[in-house]
Amino acid sequence: MNSHRRLPVLADPVAPEASESRRRFLKAGGAALAALAACKPGAVVEELTRRNFKEMKPEDLRALLARLEKKYSEEYGKAVTVSGAGPMRGVNFAYGLDLSRCIGCRRCVYACVKENNQSREHPQIQWIRVLQMEKEHGVDLAHSTPYYNPELVPEPGHFYMPTQCQQCRYPPCTKVCPVKATWKEPDGIVVIDYDWCIGCRCCTAACPYGARKFNWAEPKLPAAEMNPVTHYLGNRPRQKGVVEKCTFCIQRSRVGRYPACVEICPVGARKFGNLLDPESEIRQVMDRKRVFVFKQELATEPQFYYFYAT
Amino acid sequence: MRFPTKALRLCAGLLLAAPPLCRAAESSGGAPEEATLEAPSGPLNIQAEKPPFTEGIFPCSQCHDRAGDPNPRTLAFHDDIQASLHHGPPSRWCLDCHDNGKRDFLHLINGRLIPFTASYELCGQCHGDKYRDWRVGVHGKRVGMWNGQKTYFLCVNCHSPHSPRFKALKPLPPPVPPQDQGFTATPLAAPAHQEKSP
Repeated sequence: MNSHRRLPVLADPVAPEASESRRRFLKAGGAALAALAACKPGAVVEELTRRNFKEMKPEDLRALLARLEKKYSEEYGKAVTVSGAGPMRGVNFAYGLDLSRCIGCRRCVYACVKENNQSREHPQIQWIRVLQMEKEHGVDLAHSTPYYNPELVPEPGHFYMPTQCQQCRYPPCTKVCPVKATWKEPDGIVVIDYDWCIGCRCCTAACPYGARKFNWAEPKLPAAEMNPVTHYLGNRPRQKGVVEKCTFCIQRSRVGRYPACVEICPVGARKFGNLLDPESEIRQVMDRKRVFVFKQELATEPQFYYFYAT
Repeated sequence: MRFPTKALRLCAGLLLAAPPLCRAAESSGGAPEEATLEAPSGPLNIQAEKPPFTEGIFPCSQCHDRAGDPNPRTLAFHDDIQASLHHGPPSRWCLDCHDNGKRDFLHLINGRLIPFTASYELCGQCHGDKYRDWRVGVHGKRVGMWNGQKTYFLCVNCHSPHSPRFKALKPLPPPVPPQDQGFTATPLAAPAHQEKSP
C-alpha cells in the first residue's frame, strides 16, 4: 500500500506507484494551476504566475497595471493611476544638496511622506532622514542625530545633512537581493518591485546609507491622504513585509517634474536634473562647486551629490 | 533628451523681458532708461509671482511725487521698515536702492533705473557670486519641470530685501525611534532585551 499522502487538490485516480514520478507530479500540478486559472481568473493566480517586471510582455504589464488601478481605486475610494513609465532616453538623474543652505526644518521629510504614500505610523516610514551634525566635527556620523527637536532651527554650531537613497552606480542593495526584486534602471534610479520582494531585508542590511525601510506591519495610509498619482516602481501603496525607499519621485521625475522634496525646500538647498544635459542645474552645480558623495570610501558612487555653495 | 533649441530660448527670453517692462510702463507712465533685463538662462523660464507690496503702498509715486530730502534720518512714516532694516552696514539708507527722483523705480550704482520686477540686478551688484549662481539655477529655487517649463523665484521671493537673512523655523516632528514604534518583542527576544513599552 502506498503510505504517501496525496495533496487534496490532486484527485488523481492513477496507480500509486506512478504518482511518485516527478514528471507526473509537475504535470498534475500544472493542470491544477491551469484549472484554477480557468475557473477563477482572479488576480491571485495571475500574480503567482507572472514574470519578473523586467521580463514582462507589454500587454501583461498593461493588464497588471490595470488590475492594480482597479484594486487601489476600490480600496482608497478615488481614481488611482498606476504608471509603468520607463526611463527616458538620454537621461541620467542626479541630485544635489547644498549643505550650506539646509536648515534642518524637515519640510522635505513630510512632503516625501505625503507624495510617496508612506505609512504614517506603526510603522512610521520616512524615506528622508535629516541628520543634525556638529560644525566642530564636520560630516561625522558619530556626532550626528536624526532626533533633534529644538524650538527653532538652525541651531548654532550645527549643520544639517539630509540623507535618502543615494541611487548608487554600484548599489550593494541590488547585488544582494536573492530574487532580483530590486535593480538599477537606465536612468539611474534604483527601484523595487514590491510584489516581487520577499522581505528578507538583505538589501536593508547591505545599504550603507540606511536608505531602505521595511514595512514591519501593515502600512497605515489614510485614504483621504493617499496620493492617487502613482508609479508601479514608486509610490503605489505597499504591503506588509516589503522594503521601500526613495525613487527620486519616479512618478514625477519620469514625466519631467521635480521631485517633491526639491519643490518644498524653503531654502532652495535641493537641486535635481539630468547629468547628461550640460545646462541642467545639477551639471551647473558640478561645474561650479566642489561636490562630494557620502561614504566615498565605499565606492558605491552615488548619484547624489552634496556641496557647499558658499 | 535636450529640450531647448536656440529659437525656443530666444522666444523665452523675449517673453521674459516683456512683462516686467509692460508692468513698469503701466505703473509709472514711463519706461526706465535703457532697461535691458537679463533673465536667468535656461529653457522656458517663468518668473514667479512678484511678492506683494504692503497694501496701499505701491505705486510709491502716489505720495512721493517729487524728490525728497536725501539725507539719512529717523523716519516718521515707513518707521516699521526702518526698524526692521538689517541689510549690510548700519549706514544703509533707503535711497541706496530706491530712486529719489522716480520712486517707483530702483537704481543701480551707475544710476540706471530698474523696475521692482528686476530687483535681482540690484542685488547682483553686491552679491555677484550669488547672482551668477542664481542665473544658472545653483542658488535659489525653481519648481515645475526639470526638463522644461519651470518657475524660478526672484531674490525677493525668498529674502526680504530689507532684512534678507532667513528667519529661524520650527522644525517638523522628529522621526519616532524604533523602540517607540509600538512593536512588541517576540517571546524569544524578550529576555535578552528589556523593551520599553510604547
